[in-house]
Amino acid sequence: MTTEDEGRVGMDFLETRGRRWVTAYIPMGLFLFVLLFPFYWMGITAFKPNEELLSREGNPFWVSSPTLAHFRKLLFDTEYPAWLLNTMIVSVVATFASLFAAVFAAYAIERLRFRGAKGTGLAIFLAYLIPPSILFIPLAFVLQGLGLFNTRWALIFTYPTFLIPFCTWLLMGYFRSIPFELEECALIDGASRWQILVKIILPLAVPGLISAGIFAFTLSWNEFIYALTFVSDSEIKTVPVAVVTELVEGDVYHWGPLMAGALLGSLPVAVFYSFFVEYYVAGMTGAVKE
Amino acid sequence: MTALDRLQNSRNGLGLVFMLPAGVLLLLFLTYPLGLGVWLGFTDAKIGRPGEFVGLENYAFLWGDSVTRLALFNTLFYTIVASVLKFVLGLWLALLLNRHLPFKTVLRAIVLLPWIVPTALSAIAFWWIYDSQFSVVSWVLQRLGLIDRYVDFLGDPWNARWSTIVANVWRGIPFVAISLLAGLQTISPSLYEAAAIDGATAWQRFRHVTLPLLTPIIAVVMTFSVLFTFTDFQLIYVLTRGGPLNATHLMATLSFQRAISGGAMGEGAALATAMVPFLLAAIMFSYFGLQRRAWQQGGDR
Repeated sequence: MTTEDEGRVGMDFLETRGRRWVTAYIPMGLFLFVLLFPFYWMGITAFKPNEELLSREGNPFWVSSPTLAHFRKLLFDTEYPAWLLNTMIVSVVATFASLFAAVFAAYAIERLRFRGAKGTGLAIFLAYLIPPSILFIPLAFVLQGLGLFNTRWALIFTYPTFLIPFCTWLLMGYFRSIPFELEECALIDGASRWQILVKIILPLAVPGLISAGIFAFTLSWNEFIYALTFVSDSEIKTVPVAVVTELVEGDVYHWGPLMAGALLGSLPVAVFYSFFVEYYVAGMTGAVKE
Repeated sequence: MTALDRLQNSRNGLGLVFMLPAGVLLLLFLTYPLGLGVWLGFTDAKIGRPGEFVGLENYAFLWGDSVTRLALFNTLFYTIVASVLKFVLGLWLALLLNRHLPFKTVLRAIVLLPWIVPTALSAIAFWWIYDSQFSVVSWVLQRLGLIDRYVDFLGDPWNARWSTIVANVWRGIPFVAISLLAGLQTISPSLYEAAAIDGATAWQRFRHVTLPLLTPIIAVVMTFSVLFTFTDFQLIYVLTRGGPLNATHLMATLSFQRAISGGAMGEGAALATAMVPFLLAAIMFSYFGLQRRAWQQGGDR
């Protein structure tokens, strides 16, 4: 859906210019304003000196003497760099582990068609619908039993519980779209199942792998309840949890560093996402459409 | 023929090997905890102690507990109001994005931002926007002469309920809009042209062409949306921690408070398990709605 003509839906050309402003441009502008305002507010607050923050005078929408003091405090007086690194490690490892497991699972369900493949596929979909908020209590017990509580491993092992079902489901859709004939040709030429997977299926499913990978990465980066429950040492916390639990001291809210922390924590996913928007949208809508 | 060669040619054997990594992880960290959670709901487990079987004691206690009842009411209110708003606004945004607007691709990318940024971090921005002393919303309303005193967004029960709903809707709109947009793009323009030739107004085209063709995807999207909203945790945890006077406690936040902060794992697990019937009801509702729709349209799915 990238060409100009395909985007032209309905009878837009029958509308007058004035009507288009009322039915399209103004509502769209309002939506954009509301959806983007919190980010603008986050950004502007992060650069405001404290005097401007805690004053009702002047124009709050602009900053008259911008400062980097909040960022300096965040990067040098707190463990923020360590939190960023933790989030990166946990997200990357969990994403790759989940992709690895999901590729094999999706191929087995969709192409090997072993006995019970259909039921397994359904079970994978149902697993995707199980929300973390009903699993975190028993999972805490399981992790304690395994001696993983309060380690990075706790997160690396539990994130795949929502990543694998999602990635498997997405990849099943991609594998389904690859013609059987390709595999049959390879089988006749004497290729093994492993060679077929690595040399034929995977290269054709690269867009699907990217979609699943991006999606899994952002899901891990944003994860909150597991990271809040399973990790209590400050130096191994992830950014979303650490900003909420470590930067809030008592009743005094340091809005500047809080906003700077929120901004810096959002940037990596936002930048990463901006490079792969199309894949992200394909992953999101692909998973819903099936 | 070695054992490895034989395995290569056996669907079931190879299937089992391929399923192994995903299967082991999911059984150990998903299926087992799911069962364990139900079991814990019937015990008096505390943090670090497995607990004894106590039958339905936890459920009996929760049934008579006024905070739990309030949390159930809050959860239902939060889910229903937020889902309806997300659906209406999301569908509107999807229809807008489906038009021939300048910078279409960029617009679509920007619209998704609230969805991809960590909720805990955008919730902090909302926390600051809702601040009782320095809220920018209050500042604007006061300058416009609409209010005399700054609004206490998170300090008053009903204000807090609506404020958290607004934040949740803000975050959820992009998901609904972009998913529905994908559905809209599959509807053939010729249908609209045919309807227009037959004299259908814009509203009639929407009501009798767009809506029926979009129903299957609406059912799926809204099921996901309801599931996410019903089990929401982080937004409430960051904004209010369930306060003021438990007015914004949801089932998930109360379960966390009782189990992790309070140490009563059994009670928390019972609360979490009590969410399952509601989730199943939501899934069944959309599943059967979908089936009926597919049957009406002559599909064989």
